[in-house]
Amino acid sequence: MLLARQKWWSIDNLFVGTTKLFALLVFFLVFAIVAALIHASYPAAQAFGFEFLTTDTWNPVIGEFSALAAMSGTVLTALIALVVGVPLSFGIAVFISELAPAWLKRPLSITIELMAGIPSIIYGMWGLFVLAPLMAYYVQPSLHNTLGTIPVIGHLFSGPMIGIGLFTAGLILAVMVIPLIAAVMQDLLHTVPTVIREAAYGTGATRWEVIWHVIVPYIRTGLIGSIILGFGRALGETMAVTFVIGNAHKLTSALFSPGTSISSVIANEFAEATGKLYPAALLELGLILFFITFIVLACARLLLYRYKH
Amino acid sequence: MLRLITGVVLAGSLLIGCSGDHTESKSKEAGVITASGSTFAYPVVSKWAEKYYTNTQVQINYQATGSGAGIRQIQERIVDFAATDTPLTTNDLAKNQLVQFPLVLGGIAIVANLDGIKSGAVALDGTTLARIFSSDITTWNDPAIVKLNPTVNLPTLPITIVHRSDGSGTTYNFTDYLSKVSPDWQKNIGLGTMVHWKAGVGAKGNAGIAAYVARVPGAIGYVEYAYAKQEGLSWLALYNRDGKIVAPHQDSFAAAAANAKWQQTPDFDLLLTDQPGANSWPITATVFILLPKVIDDEKKANLMLAFFDWLYREGQPIATQLDYVPLPANVYALVADHWAKTLQNAAGKLLWAPNQAATANSSSSSTPSSHP
Repeated sequence: MLLARQKWWSIDNLFVGTTKLFALLVFFLVFAIVAALIHASYPAAQAFGFEFLTTDTWNPVIGEFSALAAMSGTVLTALIALVVGVPLSFGIAVFISELAPAWLKRPLSITIELMAGIPSIIYGMWGLFVLAPLMAYYVQPSLHNTLGTIPVIGHLFSGPMIGIGLFTAGLILAVMVIPLIAAVMQDLLHTVPTVIREAAYGTGATRWEVIWHVIVPYIRTGLIGSIILGFGRALGETMAVTFVIGNAHKLTSALFSPGTSISSVIANEFAEATGKLYPAALLELGLILFFITFIVLACARLLLYRYKH
Repeated sequence: MLRLITGVVLAGSLLIGCSGDHTESKSKEAGVITASGSTFAYPVVSKWAEKYYTNTQVQINYQATGSGAGIRQIQERIVDFAATDTPLTTNDLAKNQLVQFPLVLGGIAIVANLDGIKSGAVALDGTTLARIFSSDITTWNDPAIVKLNPTVNLPTLPITIVHRSDGSGTTYNFTDYLSKVSPDWQKNIGLGTMVHWKAGVGAKGNAGIAAYVARVPGAIGYVEYAYAKQEGLSWLALYNRDGKIVAPHQDSFAAAAANAKWQQTPDFDLLLTDQPGANSWPITATVFILLPKVIDDEKKANLMLAFFDWLYREGQPIATQLDYVPLPANVYALVADHWAKTLQNAAGKLLWAPNQAATANSSSSSTPSSHP
């Protein structure tokens, strides 16, 4: 066997060097984006300081901007998405990996994957033209008359019942995060050793008992991680949310009211933002979203880490 | 790090250089003009560009980026011309070395979703409209609306305001009108491409507003007239400055333009809202063109001016078909005069002769392909 002499310019070294360069480019890109965001949002940070995060004025006419309404809209819609989406995803994952007959598993998984592949603008249009009218005529009035009468949380189910607002946006997001959360949960369920499962069944436990008392505790941290991953996905979604959220810069806890989210504000207003402060304020919003998403995703990765190894 | 950045910048400028060369090599055949700006004007400009290309092989690439982005791009000279619904002031024009002139007009209609009430059956005056959009009036059977429409059976429906969620020249013209007719509006909200709405839902683009109004009972919104017509939305009539009830229509938009004082306004910095005249529609909007005052590439300058000249002279039927209103002929005379006084090449040579207008098109259509 011939051993090729390793010169510095050999194909192999060139290959290794190129891949290394490409990989390092990722670091550079992320760093460059953060640096550009900080630089571009500096005028707004200087003008509004910390108040940018604690007030809810958004008045381009007099040049006063702040982030609270958009931040709260972003977090509220993502929370609604989790409240609705997590139980559904969990059910889907458990059914597919534990309960479904073998012939049904593949079609179900493929359908879930297809859901993840639908472009978000399609979800937005479906939300505006199909879901919003249904919400306005049936779902919102009935929620308002039932859950809306409960003290304290009842207030959540109020606002103009026109089918466009935070609540509908949250539901669309729920549909969008289900494929992601369900897929991660399925992977987690696969990490549970068959021995544990069979031992549990062997003691005479029912399927409910096995899943709830044996399997879930085994993967608890991972489940939380998958939920946070879904949260991160919901935070940044733009197009679908813009269609149905109502795009009003209002700080509200009435979920039927129109609101706004960070990404939809940027998508809506950036093209026409003139002057110095307006674009800077939008970019500062972008920076805030970047940090929120970064922290959320970091948490998710940490919690999921040990299942990968 | 610094070297890396320099490298990236260099690579970027090389790319730009290449694309510049590319455009030039193409322009040897017929000519390529790039432009961006107003979405309000996009339907008519793209139609014009298409027709002009078949006539002359000169290609106009117009990107509907929005007026604000158009202004930014012409300031940085990324595009050859920009179209905007919000005129620049004489100061801004001078600072950025730009020339501005009106291109085409359109109307903004007030549309509403009121079951069983036909287009034009409800009429509002400016003050009431301003009170509705500042959510001072919140139901359709408010005494102020009933007083203006005593014979109409107005429902007890709450009013849902639908406004633009994206920054928009349409919003600029609409809020300019409300500021002119309502001191309260001017004081509390003001005018802009995006304002601080007190209530309501935001929708993206004219199409978005049309979709929301069509969906939500009791909704009211403002859209470019063509969208109201296309979507079959019912529109409201308005009391104009002369106190007459008018309907949104090409004739009433043209009336507003005819009564406007273009001649007395330097740099055409004039919005056609709340114009005098018995037939004038009060919310008529204008699309303006921005050109660099000094155009180095003389050939390109001639191509552009020939295009504008053509559409003032022969492009009018296309505008009318699409529910826009062409500029009155006397205003075009003012525009051509303005070109002759302002546009120049790098050496300071003027680019447009006052009597050039008549011959411009024959020269631009002398490319071989236009003679089959």
